[in-house]
Amino acid sequence: MKPTDIADPEYFHKVVDCQWACPAHTPVPEYIRLIAEKRYTDAYMINWQSNVFPGILGRTCDRPCEPACRRGRVEEEPVAICRLKRVAADYKSDITNRLPVIPKKKNGRHIALIGAGPASLTVARDLMPLGYEITLFEKDALSGGAMRTQIPRFRLPAEVLDEELNYILEMGVNCRFGEEITSMRDILAEGYDAIFVGTGAPLGKWLDLPGHIDAKDNIHTGIEWLASVAFEHITSVGKNVIVLGGGNTAMDCCRTSKRIGGESVSVVVRSGFDEMKASPWEIEDAMNEDIPILNFHVPKRYVIENGKLVAMEFEKVRKEIDENGRRKLVPTGEEPAILPCDDVLCAIGQENSFPWVERDLGIEFDQWEVPVLNKSTFQSTHEKVFFGGDAALGPDNIITAVAHGHDAAVSIHMQCEKLDITKRPDPLTNLSSQKMGIHQWSYKNDISDDLRFAVPHADKQATLNDINIEVELGFDEQLAFNETKRCLNCDVQTVFTDKLCIECDACVDICPTDCITFTQNQDEPELRKNLLAPAENAEQDIYVSGLLAGTGRIMAKNEDLCLHCGLCAERCPTNAWDMHKYLFNTAKAEDACQS
Amino acid sequence: MRAEKYPRKTAATMSYINKPKFKHPQMQTNDIGLTRRDYEGTLTTLCGGCGHDSISAAIIQAAAEMSLEPHRVAKISGIGCSSKIPSYFLSKAHGFNSVHGRMPSVATGANIANKELYYIGVSGDGDSASIGLGQFCHIVRRRINMLYIVANNGTYGLTKGQLSATADLGSRTKSGEESQFDNIDMATLAIELGASFVARSFSGDKKQLIPLLQAGLSHKGFAFIDVISPCVTFNNTDFSTHGYKNTWENHIALSEVDFVPMREEITTSYAAGKEKEITLHDGSAIHLHKTSNDYDPSDKENALHHINAYKKQGKIATGLLYINQSTSDLHELQETVDKPLNSLGNQELCPGSEALNDINNTFR
Repeated sequence: MKPTDIADPEYFHKVVDCQWACPAHTPVPEYIRLIAEKRYTDAYMINWQSNVFPGILGRTCDRPCEPACRRGRVEEEPVAICRLKRVAADYKSDITNRLPVIPKKKNGRHIALIGAGPASLTVARDLMPLGYEITLFEKDALSGGAMRTQIPRFRLPAEVLDEELNYILEMGVNCRFGEEITSMRDILAEGYDAIFVGTGAPLGKWLDLPGHIDAKDNIHTGIEWLASVAFEHITSVGKNVIVLGGGNTAMDCCRTSKRIGGESVSVVVRSGFDEMKASPWEIEDAMNEDIPILNFHVPKRYVIENGKLVAMEFEKVRKEIDENGRRKLVPTGEEPAILPCDDVLCAIGQENSFPWVERDLGIEFDQWEVPVLNKSTFQSTHEKVFFGGDAALGPDNIITAVAHGHDAAVSIHMQCEKLDITKRPDPLTNLSSQKMGIHQWSYKNDISDDLRFAVPHADKQATLNDINIEVELGFDEQLAFNETKRCLNCDVQTVFTDKLCIECDACVDICPTDCITFTQNQDEPELRKNLLAPAENAEQDIYVSGLLAGTGRIMAKNEDLCLHCGLCAERCPTNAWDMHKYLFNTAKAEDACQS
Repeated sequence: MRAEKYPRKTAATMSYINKPKFKHPQMQTNDIGLTRRDYEGTLTTLCGGCGHDSISAAIIQAAAEMSLEPHRVAKISGIGCSSKIPSYFLSKAHGFNSVHGRMPSVATGANIANKELYYIGVSGDGDSASIGLGQFCHIVRRRINMLYIVANNGTYGLTKGQLSATADLGSRTKSGEESQFDNIDMATLAIELGASFVARSFSGDKKQLIPLLQAGLSHKGFAFIDVISPCVTFNNTDFSTHGYKNTWENHIALSEVDFVPMREEITTSYAAGKEKEITLHDGSAIHLHKTSNDYDPSDKENALHHINAYKKQGKIATGLLYINQSTSDLHELQETVDKPLNSLGNQELCPGSEALNDINNTFR
């Protein structure tokens, strides 16, 4: 193998598994250390720079960081990253004096943002401090988009939502709320320097089985129904409720139903339990509220009596894998299941919808009605029109929308500055030794053996009786501290300098997880097999040094299971190993035109 | 990325970080259900980079691979950096950290009292070649069934780096003092005094050291391994013959050894002249890969000749230097009781006046 190029900004970034997995690349270990020091406001601001909505995401994020967490590979459960983010938001002090100063004198550019969800608000947050004038259009009377309409208040209290939305709106955004855009042509005619479309995926899928015409008053699409509940247009539901679908929307629908009159609420899913798309913790929360989940039930028809919906019929199936390895659902031949119901909520997916974008404007759409975009600039085929969030690439999550917003803001700013927007700005990185003395390190590397701490919940009956009572209480300060000590500090990197190594084996002997091997150089597949402990996880790199002076061998370190405990550096007599903290921040609009 | 200046440490000392308990999730368990990490001792307090830590690590690996039951191992040492080593491996084994140079006496006593344990004596060049040289000579001569390891760094590390009795003529300490005397070669001394298993190795070369440790533990009789174990703080200069640089460059294996534990059926056969299999008393075996010089480790004179010939060239002969499986150990020579003394009952210990009369009658 060739020696590893640690000057490549992506190399050590990848080692920080949580940050690498996060669409917005939030520097997770950095803010976890700040929480451990009770520097909640500092921790919050790191999040705010990167993911814009720490309080909201600390309650609702899809947490791609957690399955990636190294702790899950060396122990069982990842660090509760998401709930620690909430701790930063819960315990911070007033941050208004830390928010960027908005220039009084504008730069003469005017940007329109359509849809006031996380993607558009991120664009506003990035461009307002640069002197842009921003007009934000929203069809609803309040901002927030899916964060307000699709996430129930018992998971995300209104005051948390409003606080973080207002940090941005109060920068001086022109809000045109309650104004539904019906023509892109009209918007283009208003002469904006750029238009950003962040309208989400607003069209819920509908299941038109036999009987749906008679039952239509009692069949609802999940996201529209949730929005109506959020705006209090709907305040009750029938006693017997069936929720169709196995995603997070289904979990929000069933739990909401329980709180507004549903007595017998069931979730019915076509596929198996382990194939459900909902996050495991959301399924767990629904089950904790005694909501049954029926798997392998395929909906067949709405049962109508006297012109009224009374039940649904389901065919029972089982999973089989055919000879091509494809999964099939095969009828079991059992009697169909008839489940009584007063209301049915279809949470089986959602789609983009752009009926308001005329097709002769130069904005191209593909066969699935998704806009044709450059995936790194988020520019459409029309130079001035950008898309982000669910509107860009189909339904995903809040943190992805935020990441799109940052990237689109970079593009818009560069375009306004007459720069080539395909030449993306480099990330901002810093790699520096954490050694402060022979045995002093600037970070605490004594990690805890504790298992993941559970977040306390409010009284179950109380939360089921009031849709506005938040279920999760969040960590208290002590629990939060204990959880922070589980973080392995993966951003504190083991940096090896081959010319200093005397091949004494001190690092090999001390390494708790057998990551380090000194061996003859080989091609990667052979090397992976011949390390002290085989490196079977091909997604994780092998850090390879140049040839060593003493024996002509190389140092090969498996990044997969390194605990970043620093013992190799602590035991190294020559500082060939050292622990360097690697800070990585994606370039935002404010960094894009600095060169 | 910022270029860093790497200050060289002046003295590397003990570690202040606790070793995490997490281990490699795919780490294998051995025949008795233990992983290698179960054979560890406490976290080392030696200098970072000390060869002695590699010796501990090699013993841990060797014992884990052999599925040794920790409670059937006794670790004994004297005084010095070397004699701290037993703390750092097999924390569940028996241990006795004895008086300076007196490890052989304690090991002998323990061995007499209980012959069913594996005895690992760890000593250093100060402990065994200076203050305890007389003790060393006698334990070799008495053929105690044990593995005797000398962690040999050619210096008195614990007293800050004076020349020891194993420092080679002309080798210099960190402060520049040159050795004016020829060294005591512990391996040749052991061969001459009648050790039945003598090897030399290098702490940095675990591929060689681990099979030798395993063979030494399986060997019935006195097994001695002289391990060049650099003192990274006081004797690792370019002018020292016991430093990493000189040892990597000048250690030459007279034979390469593989260890085959007794539970594995030995099926491979090797081309004559290239490979030799030696079956040990406990049923395990060592495979000897002969190197180009056609070395025969069963010939005492040949062993001494090779060691000295290489020494004249500034080279260090390593590997299995000498083995003789036909000698008896102390217990066989003395016809001692079969069982450990602590398991003898009253009847065996006090056989009564008739037995006493019988004994007295033999003197009449």
